[in-house]
Amino acid sequence: MAVNSLAAYNTYGGPKSIPFVPYADNGGSVVAIAGDDYVLVASDTRLSSGFSIYTREQSKLFRLSDTTVLGCSGCWCDTLTLARILEARLQMYLHEHNKPMSTPAVAQMLCTMLYYKRFFPYYVSNVLAGLDEEGKGCVYSYDPIGYCQQTKFKASGSSGALLQPLLDNQIGYQNMENVTPEPICMEKAMAILKDTFISAAERDIYTGDSIFINIITKDGIQEEKFTLRRD
Amino acid sequence: MASVVSGSLCIPARLWQNGPSASCLFNLSDGLADQNTYFAQRSQAPITTGTSVLGITFEGGVAIAADILGSYGSLARFRNCPRIMHVNDNIILGAGGDYADYQYLKDVIEQKILEEECLDDGFSIKPKALHCWLTRVMYNRRSKFDPFWNNFIVGGLQDDEPFLGTVDKLGTAYVDRHIATGYGAYMALPLMREEVERNPIMTKDAAQKLLVKCLEVLYYRDSRSFPKVKLIFDCLMSLQSLLSTCSFSFSPYCQLFYLFLISATI
Repeated sequence: MAVNSLAAYNTYGGPKSIPFVPYADNGGSVVAIAGDDYVLVASDTRLSSGFSIYTREQSKLFRLSDTTVLGCSGCWCDTLTLARILEARLQMYLHEHNKPMSTPAVAQMLCTMLYYKRFFPYYVSNVLAGLDEEGKGCVYSYDPIGYCQQTKFKASGSSGALLQPLLDNQIGYQNMENVTPEPICMEKAMAILKDTFISAAERDIYTGDSIFINIITKDGIQEEKFTLRRD
Repeated sequence: MASVVSGSLCIPARLWQNGPSASCLFNLSDGLADQNTYFAQRSQAPITTGTSVLGITFEGGVAIAADILGSYGSLARFRNCPRIMHVNDNIILGAGGDYADYQYLKDVIEQKILEEECLDDGFSIKPKALHCWLTRVMYNRRSKFDPFWNNFIVGGLQDDEPFLGTVDKLGTAYVDRHIATGYGAYMALPLMREEVERNPIMTKDAAQKLLVKCLEVLYYRDSRSFPKVKLIFDCLMSLQSLLSTCSFSFSPYCQLFYLFLISATI
């Protein structure tokens, strides 16, 4: 029943109220590329809303363990909450089993955590990158309500649609003739990763300022920063 | 609703007698239609509001500035609504948006501080902890569709390092060297970014000058602003002066600034 049809609640020309929307689009892009013994995951550092930039140095990567990193973009308040709950769940797992959770296990848990909020979702595009039990690089990508797929490379966030075809071509060797697909080395992956962000910053106003790159290998996680255009 | 069958002396009452009859569809609205259970109206709009809040970090401290007007729509209704609070010796908190929500949270925070002081263990909440706590409070209320309609700026000293963070009504939170909310995000923030880029290690005086300039610009263009403002500093430098008030005027349109200096006792 509509509110206005109740006699006591007629609101002809009453005070205007601003509707409350619990979500915001804070932009940001995440790209992850997996190799045989490494994973690269990077996010831009611009946090914005509409036409204003909140901050130019907000990393969207969350280090979950020595082999797992989560990249998030979308509604920042949901991202903060999701990341905090995930970190707590991983801590509980660590204390209960006396070992850190493996990347495929984190991937499955994230999937159920997202679907648990199916009817009031976390408005976040997640990309989970890490090494599996055999030390091979793996990337899991999600939709906001918990669909999960394992891939070798993924671009998501505000520039996801812009960057994914580039990765499909350059890393997946799609739409190319007379090439033999071969595993990609880390140097080439890094160069492609930086190039994708540079081209995203040219076209997408929600991506820019700089990128944080996490390089995950068996020796641990290395961090790198790279500047983008700031307009 | 099933009719009530009363028991007599010879026929005992049925064990299950008040519920819906089996094999019939139960119409929920029968009993509930008279009660208004269709909706609950939450605080869907701010009423008395404050406009922009500005915050900046400088060498050894932070400063937060806001005017003291409480607007009622476009009406400049309350002209003495200070909305920067001094939480404890190393935290200051500025608020924009609904004034009632701010006052409610101010009471909650003051109670927290009081309970902490009662423990008398020498520990007091630090700015990062308060910022994190505020994030959760705001996010929980937005998840109930009953938000606190505010923008907060938390400033202070985290182990002698300047800290400046913000939270909005959704729980969106971040930390930066300079933060402005409301119209300040459009008009003051570019000025602040320019100045910080040119002069990354800012002195207290330079920060104060910059904030005053920003407030002046905001007063020219933000119709919900007011020429009386409150600036609060939280820094290591001014150790002896507590609440020393000084005033100065910067244009024929403006009356004066109230400047409160609050020293940190380290």
